Amino acid sequence: MTAKRLNKGGQIDRSKKLNFYWDNKNFQGYQNDTLASALLANNQTIIGRSFKYHRPRGIMSAGVEESGALVTIGKGKYRDPNVRATSQELYEGITAYGQNAFPNVRYDLGFINSMFSSFLSAGFYYKTFMGIPPFEWGRGTKIWMFYEYFIRKAAGMGSASRKPDPDKYEHAHDFCDVLVVGSGPAGIESALEAAQNDLDVILVEQDFQLGGDLLNQEGFIEKELIEKLHQAGVKVMLRTTAFGLYDNSVAGLLERVEDNYEESFKETPRQRFWTIRSKQTILATGAIERHIAFGNNDVPGIMTANAAKSYLNRFAVLPGKNVIISTNNDSVYDTAIALLKSGADVQVIDSRSEIDKHISKIFLQNGGTFQLNSAPFKAKGARHINKVQLASLKDNTWSVQGKENCDLLLLSGGWSPVLHLLSHRKIKAEWNNENACFLPGKHDEPITVVGSAAGVWDNNNCIESGKAGGLKVSKLLGKKNQNFSFPVPGGWKKALKPIYEIKCKNQKTKSFIDFQHDVTTSDIRLAHQEGFISVEHLKRYTTLGMANDQGKIGNIIGIALMAELLNKKIQEVGTTTFRPPYTPISIGSLAGRNVGDHFRPLRKSPLHDWNLNQGAVMIEAGLWQRPWYFPKEKETISEAYVREAETTRKSVGICDVTSLGKIFIQGPDATELLNRIYTNPFAKLPIGKARYGIMLRDDGLVMDDGTSWRLSENDYFMTTSTTQAAKVMAWLEELLQIRWSDLKVHLTSVSEQWCGISVAGPKSRETISTCLENPEIIDNENLPFMGVVETKLITNIPCRIARISFSGEMAFEIYVPSEFGEPMMEIIWKKAKSLNGCLYGLEALGALRIEKGHVTGAELDGRVTIDDAGLGKMASTKKSYIGSAMRKRGVLNDNNREKLVGIFPKDKNTTFDAGAIICELENIKGYGIGRITSVTHSPELGHWIGLGFVSGGYEKWKNKTTIASDPIRNKNVEVEIVSPHMIDPEGGRMHG
Amino acid sequence: MIRIKCPFCGERDHSEFTYGGDGSIKYPELDASIKEWVQAIFFRENICGMQVETWHHSSGCRMWLKVERDTLTHEIKSVEAAHDGLAKLLRRKQ
Ligand SMILES: [Zn+2]
Repeated sequence: MTAKRLNKGGQIDRSKKLNFYWDNKNFQGYQNDTLASALLANNQTIIGRSFKYHRPRGIMSAGVEESGALVTIGKGKYRDPNVRATSQELYEGITAYGQNAFPNVRYDLGFINSMFSSFLSAGFYYKTFMGIPPFEWGRGTKIWMFYEYFIRKAAGMGSASRKPDPDKYEHAHDFCDVLVVGSGPAGIESALEAAQNDLDVILVEQDFQLGGDLLNQEGFIEKELIEKLHQAGVKVMLRTTAFGLYDNSVAGLLERVEDNYEESFKETPRQRFWTIRSKQTILATGAIERHIAFGNNDVPGIMTANAAKSYLNRFAVLPGKNVIISTNNDSVYDTAIALLKSGADVQVIDSRSEIDKHISKIFLQNGGTFQLNSAPFKAKGARHINKVQLASLKDNTWSVQGKENCDLLLLSGGWSPVLHLLSHRKIKAEWNNENACFLPGKHDEPITVVGSAAGVWDNNNCIESGKAGGLKVSKLLGKKNQNFSFPVPGGWKKALKPIYEIKCKNQKTKSFIDFQHDVTTSDIRLAHQEGFISVEHLKRYTTLGMANDQGKIGNIIGIALMAELLNKKIQEVGTTTFRPPYTPISIGSLAGRNVGDHFRPLRKSPLHDWNLNQGAVMIEAGLWQRPWYFPKEKETISEAYVREAETTRKSVGICDVTSLGKIFIQGPDATELLNRIYTNPFAKLPIGKARYGIMLRDDGLVMDDGTSWRLSENDYFMTTSTTQAAKVMAWLEELLQIRWSDLKVHLTSVSEQWCGISVAGPKSRETISTCLENPEIIDNENLPFMGVVETKLITNIPCRIARISFSGEMAFEIYVPSEFGEPMMEIIWKKAKSLNGCLYGLEALGALRIEKGHVTGAELDGRVTIDDAGLGKMASTKKSYIGSAMRKRGVLNDNNREKLVGIFPKDKNTTFDAGAIICELENIKGYGIGRITSVTHSPELGHWIGLGFVSGGYEKWKNKTTIASDPIRNKNVEVEIVSPHMIDPEGGRMHG
Repeated sequence: MIRIKCPFCGERDHSEFTYGGDGSIKYPELDASIKEWVQAIFFRENICGMQVETWHHSSGCRMWLKVERDTLTHEIKSVEAAHDGLAKLLRRKQ
């Protein structure tokens, strides 16, 4: 092995030596090295192992298309698998490990798979372990489940850390006139032209250095370019990948902020996920050099010709001494000359029958040799290439020739423009025969493709193409009206000769086209033979193009082979659709800051801190944090809520109900609106009265329940359930803006503006009245059941009080402006405490309402009619309202529908769970006859009770024993069906 | 990402909006027959191409909008207030 670092030239900074660790061994590189170039400079050639056969893999490229040198970076919680060494920037202290190998990539026991490779062909796993469909499906699946564990273990490529991601990520947004992707010669020219025409330009480059292919050219000075772009006012984003293009000119970018540092910093995220909204996008994404399929073309020491140019000119690494270059086009001769000048022996084997005279003259002058009509047939060397057996072309057939020694084999099978971002926009690529590549198809998106991404190969033409792109967007955006013309695709002096696979008669080879997943040319033939001929099927059956590189190197070869087998043209076979992301992006960057407590917004009542000070244990209710229960000393939740419910029924309890939705409904047609949306009559609700109402959806099922209070002729205060608040608001807005635009009503959401508590229990009136400036105002005569008053608390706090009960006790809801929440609570709680009252949370609230048979979200789940919920009496027959026609549909009035019932355990010492299925005694199966929705321990009754729905309702099942069947908890409990109004069915308490 | 030009707020990301539904539906009177209501609620064309839809600027001005959108390409042809009176007023202003 003979790769070595040169002592001059390149973009590396020799004054900044960097230490790095490869499989725990210490090596040195320089600032501006990639991990791959530093490994190469240290003569490390086996970097990875392939997925299936565990064959050794070396560095095959110098960019994001890498399919061989995949490594794991970092350790412990920072471990990041499947990183391409070729695009990973080197930094001081970076630790990298080989993967998919035991004990290491250089000596891997899994290599034994290679001996059995003929059994591991395309579709092998499906065929062997999933049974032979359709007859053995059932059995096959079982077998698969058994083997899967072992297969997954043997087939993994690296492994992610099991620990939580220690890094932070950010989402960021920006706008611009023109987004230019790629900073090669074409991209730079476009950016400069557009910026000079007074356009706001962002230029993104995935590399850590600016220049694209310029970096691979001798004598390029990055600093000068940066200066020029800054002067023109171009915003440059380095280490940033445009990974996806979306509708309406929106691009997704990933900026790697800290991936070039060993430690993470407090001030910056590891990565930033950008959403960029531009007016025009210019794609200067370049082209990727293709491999050629031939025997053992995966052996370390084989790479693309342009990669060698990059290692030599950019990283000052001479990758081999005795070099053979196989090509079908002009592009390799520059590289060949540069290698010769650096002291290597170079032989070019060109598959074409002639080459340009000028090119050959300079090449020969520099000491190179070449053979025409030639190509590699088979590479030799177990761990590194040492010989190539050649093949020569005569009368369109290849025949085996002699062997040549070498330590480096470079390939150029032609160039593939990077059209992934176009594919994201559903722009079809069109096959171009002359250049043997896909080119951008026609489209009317605000996207312009320039440079080699548009199939322009010559450097000067790329610059011209970039300038034309800049002028085009300037014209489109109304900045400069100058004519422009794009150079036509092409630019080779002598035409390229398409070759994809070198195959000789009666000779077996293992020729790879997807290196990471070990997809060979024979897999393509097998797929064809078995009928998987569509490119999409081919991809899934062979896994071609499904590895990390997503087909950047090998896809075209696979498609070309399939075309040949089908005797079709390549354009008829087509290409698979590329989807975002262009290169892998971390899940962390997608999540951004929306992790942990920031996963979703948090809503707190104005009484939140007060409740916590009283020892509340909180629970999430939608986005809200609500008191769950208020434990005294060492009380458990069950002890606490039973005590709270009991105290409330005996004396008085206070509960924070701020989370209820609250809407002001104002205007001359407010009454009309309410009358149309509620099932019960609202037309004659007197001022100073509240009414409980049910809203249906258009289809006649229940949407929500709540109360509306008439404050004056044209003003109403509506409360909705906590969970449906936003939905009800949007629904009313929809009705008023779209359907009933003639109604004069104004809606204001005031959920945040008002703080509310419920005071319930026989001593509730006493509690409140002593806190009022005018205590008589809530006497039974002044404030009967469902009455509303506006008044003041003793400390001059304005408040609204309504006599509303969800617990079955005499109860009041008091609302004050949010800033008075705590002062109100202070006075009322002081009084309640003196009456041996309590604070109660959501759990006790549930117990109280279940005892009373009052439905909430658990029951009103969107499948329930007003009759199912036992509230049929609230459906007016004298008016029309939303859902009034549809609720009369036959299916909704079937007598066997599941109706609300109460549920008692037969044995009063047992319990059952919400979610259980209610079944007939001797018929425990399937969906049963109903379901249990809510369960609580009733302090009043002294045993467990539940609410649920049973086919035919209480009347049909009363006095019959049924089973609450709970297959998940493996529990069957005998229960009896009772009326849902389990306590005080006449309502004497709340009216009293 | 679809970008919608709200007549009240300007051009915004679709993540600020909530999709409503088919904007071409004429909802029947409340006392209309079940048959009419069934037709209005359950029957929808599955259009490939330009379609009128309602969108709610739920994280913006809270206005409902009528949007003409191509279901194939996401191209947005027009946006106006769903409230017919307001739409007329805005059209006259232009
Ligand atoms: Zn708006």
